[in-house]
Amino acid sequence: MSEGAGTAPHVLIVGGGGTGGALAHDLALRGVRVTLVERGEFTSGTTGRHHGLLHSGARYAVNDEESAIECIEENMLLRRIAPGSFEENDGLFVGITDEDMAYLPSFLEGCERTGIPTQVLKPDEALRLEPNLNPDLKVAVRVPDATMDAMRMPLRFFATARANGADLLNWVDVLDLDLGGGVISGAHVRDLITGKQTRIGADIVVNATGPWSEQVARMAGVDVPIRPSPGVMLAVRGRLTNMVINRLHASGDGDIIVPQRALSVIGTSSWVVSDPDDLGVPADHVQRMVDEGSILVPAVLQAPFRAAWSAARPLIGSRDDADSGRELSRTFKTIDHAVDDRVEGFVTITGGKGTTLRGMAEVCADAVCRKLGIDTPCATRETVLLPHTAAYAA
Amino acid sequence: MTTETTSTRRLRVHRFKRGDDTPHMEEFDVPLGEDATVLEALRWIQLHGDPSLGLRHSCFHASCGTCGVRVNGRERLACVTKLADFSGTITVDPIANLPVLLDVVVDMTTFVAHYPDPHPIVRESGFLPEAAVADDLDGHERYEDCIECGLCLSACPVAATDDSYVGPAALAYAQRLLEEPRDDVDRDALLDWADQDAGAWRCHAAFECTEACPSDVRPAQRIMSLRKELRHRRREQGREVPEHAAGEEAT
Repeated sequence: MSEGAGTAPHVLIVGGGGTGGALAHDLALRGVRVTLVERGEFTSGTTGRHHGLLHSGARYAVNDEESAIECIEENMLLRRIAPGSFEENDGLFVGITDEDMAYLPSFLEGCERTGIPTQVLKPDEALRLEPNLNPDLKVAVRVPDATMDAMRMPLRFFATARANGADLLNWVDVLDLDLGGGVISGAHVRDLITGKQTRIGADIVVNATGPWSEQVARMAGVDVPIRPSPGVMLAVRGRLTNMVINRLHASGDGDIIVPQRALSVIGTSSWVVSDPDDLGVPADHVQRMVDEGSILVPAVLQAPFRAAWSAARPLIGSRDDADSGRELSRTFKTIDHAVDDRVEGFVTITGGKGTTLRGMAEVCADAVCRKLGIDTPCATRETVLLPHTAAYAA
Repeated sequence: MTTETTSTRRLRVHRFKRGDDTPHMEEFDVPLGEDATVLEALRWIQLHGDPSLGLRHSCFHASCGTCGVRVNGRERLACVTKLADFSGTITVDPIANLPVLLDVVVDMTTFVAHYPDPHPIVRESGFLPEAAVADDLDGHERYEDCIECGLCLSACPVAATDDSYVGPAALAYAQRLLEEPRDDVDRDALLDWADQDAGAWRCHAAFECTEACPSDVRPAQRIMSLRKELRHRRREQGREVPEHAAGEEAT
């Protein structure tokens, strides 16, 4: 935790979610000295609570083309750099009502336009693959979705960053950012293990705190237009399907079922909160997961309850926008506060999805390196990640 | 999960910071519904009681394995353990047989270090017959269900007295690799690894690990299967079988 040691420029990343981990990995590969601080366990905020879905992008193909393209590109790339982290089980978009069928042409067109491969299956073909599907289905479209381990896949970025010299510190809470003369020069932190407070100096501080980015940005006196938008997920016992099952319609509640090992996880809903620490799990949302999920896979009704929880998406958009969060893009944004707010040495990366963590990190690392005058190109597209267990190495 | 009814429950939580002479217990009254989980109660304490409380959590649905603790002395995942399952004050301790880092947080470094290499996370669908559905699950022995929570190691009476023992999770993991139809596994190297003093022979067959496992991995049965294979291998090699494990043919 020293300041200014060595010659390489020093970047302090605040936030140990998937984005922070991927950014630490990217910067470490470019020879930047990296320190990352996280107040809890790595991936304990939004990353580890996500659905465990490696998106094909098909969900966004009609209404959010930018996110769809990001997803399919990163989907293919992550399979190469993180082998063993994905079930490679593919996904189905299942059409049940006439309304769903009316959506089919634009869905296929959207997938085609965004480069997402599809295979249209007749009901009997789909039921042969997945006997627990609603037998009244009219069509199913196969896409390259996959199941991932929501914690262990991102942990591989931490593992590799650590092996490349990044200093990854969990149980370290940021108390304040060091702002003087319009420049952020470090952070005041508290080590929860020792109780000691200290200062970490840095050439650039990156705010990678997802739904908490507004809170952290406030320490630098700047505003980040983030809307913490939680969704409820329900896990039931039993692997009801092998593939990821989606409803063939414009995104709605409870319309994705992701099999995770011996569980089936149904999600999700969407609302907006002001405090991403205090989400709650509204009982009516849990019921909606059962109601909607059972339209796709009727066995959801009989499956024993395992857990229900909420995770806050870091959606980009002001709280004055419409209130459900559904209509906000799932894409991400790097904000250089020197440009937007005349605060030097401070960058925010936010928005995005678990699937696009590497791509988010690349764009952010490009911006950080430009500021530092480093022209080493990104190497994360070709670097195969270490096993997640290496993240625990002392 | 949120319910209409709220009642107040008392939690006694293990507190320890580096530099403390000894750990101590601290009590908190938590106003949450009976449907609330121990993890939600601990999170409530962090938010409204003491933000310095150290907790591990990630997925909130028994998939990541980070929130393992001892609740009233028994190994549990805090995220799927409901307050309503207990009466009176609920005591929360860190899991045993690993060093305590902070409050109820243990250092998982040694746990992970006991695993043999390599370490894939999930089984690719290629290993499954088409449409392996819930009915088929028990027969499937999904070892990948292991979420590396450490509850088995915490419950293990051998690990309590011998920290060189690789432990139930690592042995169950080795057995998973041996039984799955993988072609990328060096069986001999894996069996050599299991055939060490601190390996499969060290288990005393107390079956506490199977009792503690929240994912139904049944590590003790996996260790017995592993020993069966090791006995067979040793006899073929003309080597002795450790006496305490020689008579397990029936398992």
